[in-house]
Amino acid sequence: MENILEIKNLCKTYDNFALKNVTLSLPKGMIMGFIGENGAGKTTTIKAILNIIQSYRGEIKIFGLDNRKYDKKIKEDIGVVLDDMFFPEILTPNDIDNTMKGIYKNWDSKMFDDYLKEFSLLPNKQIKTFSKGMRKKLEIATALSHHPKLLILDEPTSGLDPVARAEIIQIFQSFIEKDDCSILLSSHITTDLEHIADYITFINRGEIVLSKTKDELLDKYGIVKCTEAEFKKINKKDYIKYRKTKYEYEVLVSNKKDFKAKYDIAIIDKITLDELMVLMIKGEE
Amino acid sequence: MEIIISNSSGVPIYEQIKEQIKVKIVSNELKENELLPSIRTLAKDLYCSVITTKNAYEELVKEGYIKNVPSKGFYVAKINKDVALEEQLNKIEELMDKAVTIAKMNNINKKTLNEMLTILYEEDK
Repeated sequence: MENILEIKNLCKTYDNFALKNVTLSLPKGMIMGFIGENGAGKTTTIKAILNIIQSYRGEIKIFGLDNRKYDKKIKEDIGVVLDDMFFPEILTPNDIDNTMKGIYKNWDSKMFDDYLKEFSLLPNKQIKTFSKGMRKKLEIATALSHHPKLLILDEPTSGLDPVARAEIIQIFQSFIEKDDCSILLSSHITTDLEHIADYITFINRGEIVLSKTKDELLDKYGIVKCTEAEFKKINKKDYIKYRKTKYEYEVLVSNKKDFKAKYDIAIIDKITLDELMVLMIKGEE
Repeated sequence: MEIIISNSSGVPIYEQIKEQIKVKIVSNELKENELLPSIRTLAKDLYCSVITTKNAYEELVKEGYIKNVPSKGFYVAKINKDVALEEQLNKIEELMDKAVTIAKMNNINKKTLNEMLTILYEEDK
C-alpha cells in the first residue's frame, strides 16, 4: 500500500524533552489516531512534519517527497487544524475566503461556502463573535476547502462538547468518503478515535511505544483482572504491563484468546484506548 | 439495509458486519448482483473505521458471498451450496476442536471421544 506520510527516526532534543527515533507510516486513504499524554511529543512531531520547527534529525516524506526540500509543493496538498486558532479575530469568513484564494492553487470557494452553510457560520461576521465550537468548525472548513490529500489535525475536538465532537468526526468521515485523503489526528479524547481510526499510534515520553491497527488493539488486546496469587502464576512473557490496585491486579495482554487458552483466569475484559494508555504509562513490566 | 453494531458484545465489529451481511444474502434480502455500499460509505454510515469494513468485505469475498469488481465495487455473488456447506463444516470443526482440547486437558483418550460421538450421532435413529 502506498504511504502518504512516512517518518523515519525523527529526533529532536530540547532542554527537558526529546523525541527519540519516532518512526511511523500512514497509508493512503486511512485515518491514524495519534495518542499520548499531554507533553508526550504529539505536537512536536506534527510541527516537524509541517516543517515549522528547526534542526531535527531523521527523514520525513510526504507524498513520497522530502518535507524540507519540497516544502512549498507539499503544503499545497495538506490541510491543517492546529490546537490554537491562527486567524486574527477581526477577520470574517469572507476575508478568509479571499486570503486563501491567493494562497492555495486549489482553493475551492464554493466548497468553503457550502461548509459555512453546513456549519451555520455567517460569512460576514467577525471571528471574535464566534463560540469555540464555531471557530473550530471554521478552521476545519478552511483546512478542507483546498482538496488536501493529507489532513493533519492536532486536537481538533479538544474543548468541544460531545455533540460538536461527533459532528466534527463525521465531517472527517464524509470528507474521506469523497476525496481519497489520509488523516493524522492527534487527540487525547480517545473515544473519538475508537470509532473511526484505522491505526493507533501511541507516543510516550518522545518515543513511539505502539503503532497498530485499531481493530487489532480493540479486538485482541485485553485486561486480565485477577488476584495476587493468580498473577504470580502468569509467565512474564505472556503480558505487556501490569498494575496493582488496592483490590486487584490489572494485567495488559496482547492476545485475549491465547491467554484464555493458557490460563484459568475468569475475567478478561475488552480494553478501551484510555485504559491502554493508562496501563502503558503507569504500568510496570 | 440494516446493520446493527454492538460496541460491548465482545464480538469484533468486522465480524458483526460480516455475519449480518451473510444472513441478508442467504435469506435473499440482498439479491445476486446487487451492489453493496462502498467500503468508505459503509464506514461512515456505521461510524466505524475503513479497515473494519474492508476486513468484513474481504472475508465475505474469501468466503464467496460477494465479489469485488475492480473500480466498480462489491456485488453480491451467486452463492454456492458448496461454500455454505464448507462453512457448516468449519463450524463443526471449531466445536470439535474445543471438545478435543477439553479431552486432552483431562487425559480423556480418543477412543472415549469416538464413542461419545457415535452415541450422539446415532441418538435420534
